[in-house]
Amino acid sequence: MTVAVIQFGGSNCDRDAVRALNYLDIEAERVWHEDGLPEETTGIMLPGGFSYGDYLRAGAMAARSPIMAEVREAADDGIPVLGVCNGAQVGSESGLTDGAFTTNESARFQCEHVFLRVENADTPWTQAFDEGDVIEIPIAHGEGRFEITDERYDELEANDRILFRYCDADGNLTDEANPNGSTGNVAGILGDNESVAVLMPHPERSTLPDVGGTDGADILTGFRP
Amino acid sequence: MSLPESDHQLIVDELGREPTAAESTLFENLWSEHCAYRSSRPLLGAFDSEGQQVVIGPGDDAAVVAVPEPDAANTPVDDREAGDYSDTYITLGIESHNHPSYVDPYDGAATGVGGIVRDTMSMGAYPIALADSLYFGSFDREHTQYLFEGVVEGISDYGNSIGVPTVTGSVDFHADYVGNPLVNVACMGLTNEERLVTAEAQTAGNKLVLVGNGTGRDGLGGASFASEDLAEDAETEDRPAVQVGDPYTEKLLIEANETLVDENLIKSARDLGAAGLGGASSELVAKGGFGAEIDLDRVHQHEPNMNALEILLAESQERMCYEVAPEDVDRVAEIAERFDLGCSVIGEVREGNYVCTFDGEIVVDVDPEFLAEGAPMNDLNAVEPTEAERDLPVVDLEEAIEAVVSSPNTASKRWVYRQYDHEVGVRTALKPGDDAAIMAIRETSGDADDTTGGGTGLAFSSGANPNWTTAAPYEGAQAVALENATNIAAKGALPLTAVDCLNGGNPEKPDVYGGFKAIVDGLAEMCADLSTPVVGGNVSLYNDSETGPIPPTPTLAMVGSKAGYDAPPAALSGEGELLVVGQAGDALGGSEFLAQVGGSDAFPALPDNPSEIVETIAAVANRESTLATHDVSHGGLAVTLAELVTDEAGADVAVDGVVDLFDETPGRVVVETTDPDAVRAAFDGVAPVESLGESTDDGTLSLSIAGETVSYDAATIRAFRDVIASTFD
Repeated sequence: MTVAVIQFGGSNCDRDAVRALNYLDIEAERVWHEDGLPEETTGIMLPGGFSYGDYLRAGAMAARSPIMAEVREAADDGIPVLGVCNGAQVGSESGLTDGAFTTNESARFQCEHVFLRVENADTPWTQAFDEGDVIEIPIAHGEGRFEITDERYDELEANDRILFRYCDADGNLTDEANPNGSTGNVAGILGDNESVAVLMPHPERSTLPDVGGTDGADILTGFRP
Repeated sequence: MSLPESDHQLIVDELGREPTAAESTLFENLWSEHCAYRSSRPLLGAFDSEGQQVVIGPGDDAAVVAVPEPDAANTPVDDREAGDYSDTYITLGIESHNHPSYVDPYDGAATGVGGIVRDTMSMGAYPIALADSLYFGSFDREHTQYLFEGVVEGISDYGNSIGVPTVTGSVDFHADYVGNPLVNVACMGLTNEERLVTAEAQTAGNKLVLVGNGTGRDGLGGASFASEDLAEDAETEDRPAVQVGDPYTEKLLIEANETLVDENLIKSARDLGAAGLGGASSELVAKGGFGAEIDLDRVHQHEPNMNALEILLAESQERMCYEVAPEDVDRVAEIAERFDLGCSVIGEVREGNYVCTFDGEIVVDVDPEFLAEGAPMNDLNAVEPTEAERDLPVVDLEEAIEAVVSSPNTASKRWVYRQYDHEVGVRTALKPGDDAAIMAIRETSGDADDTTGGGTGLAFSSGANPNWTTAAPYEGAQAVALENATNIAAKGALPLTAVDCLNGGNPEKPDVYGGFKAIVDGLAEMCADLSTPVVGGNVSLYNDSETGPIPPTPTLAMVGSKAGYDAPPAALSGEGELLVVGQAGDALGGSEFLAQVGGSDAFPALPDNPSEIVETIAAVANRESTLATHDVSHGGLAVTLAELVTDEAGADVAVDGVVDLFDETPGRVVVETTDPDAVRAAFDGVAPVESLGESTDDGTLSLSIAGETVSYDAATIRAFRDVIASTFD
């Protein structure tokens, strides 16, 4: 088994993702997008970075690269797919998940630690948590504001597709705790099935115990069979 | 700017003929102050750049230094043996991008980052950390805010995109930077004995391969633009001399470079920076004692109809020049193509002259040694700086504290570092906002995947203080070195090495040159006292404009080592006694206090045993009983204590007077400890230890100064310190 961490030109969290997964004893390798998915792929991670420089719109170019057709197909077959940061933008641009991630309310890049509330604990990514648990994970993005029409937002809520929301240390969904102005404080959502998820915060940056928090490790273990 | 007549004559004498137009421009750029250090090289001999940790000292694209083994990382440098160093190496380099950042703050700063990262790559290293030291005019000026915002955004966009964390640095405001801001960028890279590459050409017959961006007309004459005063109309007139960065291509270049190093395909490498292809290729071959034959028609270009001179001198970004064995050229081209990078085989290493042809004609034919090393040095007049005497104003204590704590110089820089991705790479164990960053070098544990803290922590600090070096250039520069060492020691690390970026005004003015000479000597002196080899650097002169010269500014980027990556925080726990350790100089010259309230004073006397003090601070910081540490510097104890207070933990402190509260003498640290006797014992015979009071659990700073008591809660302090963010957001 191996988790394919897809490296586009401009991806920059691919090495970190492999390191974090390996630390969790999950086999993972960087896969250059032009090389296609390896035969034995058992999971797919779309890592953070600035694919194609984000020159058109964050994630837009990578979403249209040939490997994403393979990723969508794998997702339909039930292979776990996790998009993080730029990977979330790629995932949403390619239709794996609904809505869009756009320029932060501050119009600036923000690198800081945030709190997330677990909204759906019945997924591979949140099986270690209970609904309502609060975890601390870093963000690092300039375009992380989740946007969606009211109607489709209601559908996300009705179908329990919201995975994480930004909150304060006590789990309250306040405006102050929403770092980028996301609709409904949404930090991460699910695709049509629970094995597909995208989120702006970086679980791979809060996995290794020697550089800080480890709350992200329990998200990445979603790749374990 | 054109070639000075005396240089022209020297070149005619050497060549035995008139130089061609291309040669003339090549000499003009490579013999410029920026490239040839004509006014500073005679001074730079003051630096001690040797030590058993030094693998490659000054003169290459970046310096290379061996990382101590974890079990020797807490041993002072002078007590280590050669076997205490691992075969894991860091590279360290620093660069200025001052003039471009005035003309175009966004692109000027961004390309500064790009350049120093390529200097790292050309040593076969992967860039793992950036540090930025920025200097601007008075913060309240609108133009300053425009430059500041643009520079930070340029660094943020470029550094974040290429996935290199910006982990530390400094921001200072001083009226004398108003016509000429400074952007100094340092980069730490990681490599090892096997992967190391140098900029010294190896073998005649090897090919010269240019990889990266196409060459265009951008950044023409950047080196000579950096070597004269900024003109009044520079923002419009000199825009063509500013390069434009493309971080996406830089990231591809980083990946391609890693692959080339993985496959051992590079014999030598040099990035294309100042003076473009002409600079990089001629320096590469000259350093190996060779010449070259280069066909400029073969350079891949992104603009049509470029002439020889433009191809040779353009400073188009994101390009590397590699020496490659003939049999490896095809593989190099394949790797470049995989990463969507242009690649052209432009010529080869030869014995003899450095020769460039274009359109069938020889356009350059010179001795590369003469080109690289032949620039005559300037012998300039210097006037020694004078020292101020004490004339302190009578102040309202509360007003003075508020003014100093809410000064943009001492204020929180969170608005800046929040825009920098400081965590990418998952090595940043101690993040910005503390005295120094700590990078986890797990490789020295013998297992690059070790996550138990078994490797070597490298503390990284960068900065200078224009108030100090304006008040007293020599002592101020000494203080800058000690302050960086104190930042590192406060987190339990010991200085390992440093690089400097020496910024000055127009050296043809004797008082400016006198001040510049003093910062060089002061910095060199203190680094030698700290047994810290200065392994590389950068000089930027002519930071002068119609508003006058900048303060002499010796940015020092220092790296220290410790076993593991844990450090006491710069935040109180509320459960210990507060001590200040170190020798106060009992004077306020160069302080933020005087900058705010006026008056003058001598610069504080510095300790005569700095190395011993720094070692003892580090040892105390690493004690179990030490709960928090924070150095005393900009703004003195007043600012140190204000920064230590949190919503949960405060301090109840008494000091004797105003001088004690605002004295900025470096080499001092506030320690929160549960075992004050052990701290006193450690410092016995080394430096004084003064009791300040107790930390408390009420989140309030209560200060008693000569009987008068003032107090501030954490929210009030936060509001004082929030001046930068509240101005922009």
